[in-house]
Amino acid sequence: MQQFVNVTLSGLIQGSIFAAFALALVLIWRSTRIVNFAQGSMAAATSFIALALIHSGQSYWLALVVALAAGFVLGAVVERVIVRPVEGGPELNAVIVTLGLFVAIQALIAIIAGSEFQSFPAPFGLRGFTFGSTTIALTPNSVFVLIAVLITMVLLVALFRFTRVGLAMRASAFGQEVARLLGVRVGRMLTLGWALAAVVGSLSGLLIAGGGLVYPAYMDSLIVFGFVAAILGGLDSPIGAIVGGLLLGLALSYVSGYVPRGSGLVNLAALVILMVVLLVRPGGLFASSTARRA
Amino acid sequence: MSEPQSPANARAGDELIEETPFTATAAANAPSAQAAGGRSFLPKSTLLRHLLILVLSAVGAVILLEVTDPFTNSQLASLTYYAIAAGGLTVLTGMNGQISLGHGALMAVGAYTTALFLGVDGEPLPLPVIFLVAVAISTIVGALVGVAAARLHGPYLAGATLALAVGLPGLALYFRDTLGGEQGLRVRAPEPPASFTNFIDLVSGNPASGTKWLAYVGVICLLITFFLLANLVRSRIGRTWRAVRDQEVAAELAGIDLGAWRVLAFVVSAACAGLAGAVLALVVRLAAPSGFTLVLSLALLTAIVIGGLGSLLGALLGSALLVFLPPFVTNLGGDFGLDQTKAAQLAPFVYGVVLIVAMIFAPAGIVGTIRLRWMTARAKRAVAGRAAHGG
Repeated sequence: MQQFVNVTLSGLIQGSIFAAFALALVLIWRSTRIVNFAQGSMAAATSFIALALIHSGQSYWLALVVALAAGFVLGAVVERVIVRPVEGGPELNAVIVTLGLFVAIQALIAIIAGSEFQSFPAPFGLRGFTFGSTTIALTPNSVFVLIAVLITMVLLVALFRFTRVGLAMRASAFGQEVARLLGVRVGRMLTLGWALAAVVGSLSGLLIAGGGLVYPAYMDSLIVFGFVAAILGGLDSPIGAIVGGLLLGLALSYVSGYVPRGSGLVNLAALVILMVVLLVRPGGLFASSTARRA
Repeated sequence: MSEPQSPANARAGDELIEETPFTATAAANAPSAQAAGGRSFLPKSTLLRHLLILVLSAVGAVILLEVTDPFTNSQLASLTYYAIAAGGLTVLTGMNGQISLGHGALMAVGAYTTALFLGVDGEPLPLPVIFLVAVAISTIVGALVGVAAARLHGPYLAGATLALAVGLPGLALYFRDTLGGEQGLRVRAPEPPASFTNFIDLVSGNPASGTKWLAYVGVICLLITFFLLANLVRSRIGRTWRAVRDQEVAAELAGIDLGAWRVLAFVVSAACAGLAGAVLALVVRLAAPSGFTLVLSLALLTAIVIGGLGSLLGALLGSALLVFLPPFVTNLGGDFGLDQTKAAQLAPFVYGVVLIVAMIFAPAGIVGTIRLRWMTARAKRAVAGRAAHGG
């Protein structure tokens, strides 16, 4: 029973990070119909910026803010300079460009910061809360993770629901030409969308790094998990991405918690889940009746 | 079919506007010199032409291997397995429009199969049999992936095969006892047979070392693979693949089963990857998860993109880049004061930059861009000639 509670809890915490990362992918997909495979590398880059600041003696919170700001700038620059020329073109071209960006940024991190494993500090304690004599897998740091993800979600919903910019961004994603005719600066909205997505991606990179090890490729499996979570939710729906992320977190946590030597199988389990979803319900778990050819 | 689906082709042929081709698969669209009716000394029959090229390439390869030093021999051996895998991938991506980031994982299947069969107690099976088994097993894995992949396109397919590339090496860790875990399996390369030693003695008198033998094995596999692929893409099968890529609806109306043909393309491509993995296991003498990372799959993608998607010659040129560029940029990095491990990362950095720059400025790659320029120039001349004649 205690193991079940612990495995479920760590699944939910992992899942909330997957959800944030999947949300970043969905934000970009909705506005530009591009899956940003470079998201993981971009997030890793901002984590290394944060790590450099922490090593130079700054506080975790300053490093967090600077890293998120760097993510914002990076996302905007990437969209404007690299992705804009292939937007709206053949889908293969855009896929290849983001893959190129993925490997280039990762290699650049290794050239600047080195490839060795470095420990990344956590802002809060990593010892589980104790009830009587039992310790559960919920730590102060994981409470921070949950709250950070929750705040991000609320802010994004507020932005899209209640502000003019959010409305303009939704309009550009919904119908570029109509939005342009009505005076929306669609190009700027796309840049802003990528920048916001990069901030959310960076946040999930920082959260998953907290209390663990970072190296240039540490986001490789997260890009897969985020993609699987986004597909679970249908790639088009922010709510779907969040539910998909939580479901995937739980599923992978059960695999690594209950299958003997299961930690080696986590990536493979994600592959199996992805294949099953794509073959059985290509539109995601929450697809409406309109079928889409995935 | 009111609008032409391949803008590069339409532009080059009809409007004569000299533009950089806009689709990534433009190289595959351009017909060969023969099909375009150009002046050529090569025979008209496709099979005869390819046989002639095969013989010439074989002679060229022997000369190349005999005049170069052992280190270059081993580099050329690496070139062969990159080129075999890239050849398969360029057929999949260029001809059929499917992207795969899972070819590194499929190479791992071939490499581990070879390592296991060469590592048996007692006398291992003959090398060609082992290669066939490696190809067969990776073909089966490829068919499984292909069935799923046939229903996907673009980013979905990229993401699914990405998951394959990240997930499959986990099997080597899970079956630690059979597959050697993180350390991987050492490969015992077989001794060169007596006939090979005699052959080398006859041709050049060089010592017939193990390295040279492996380079020859790689070259033989490469020539056979490219010969088969070249015939395949100029056949009914290749034409059907292009139809499936360019005009899904029209192809379906013409009675083509889209799914089945996509699976076939994936299977052919996976077979190449399996063979490439088998050669890799022999040349590197090791099959380990660290050899089949995502960077390998992305390196293959770089090779076919820079060469020109759909072009076998482009795949060969791109593979040469994968072999000869890393030592070059690593040395360059060393000169600029980077330490060894950091300088080693310059190669993947260049791959990434090349992918981006190529896609933005010349999506048709080296071969495709040159081919399209040449065709445009020829068409212009033809029009000018017609104008002069008529006027």
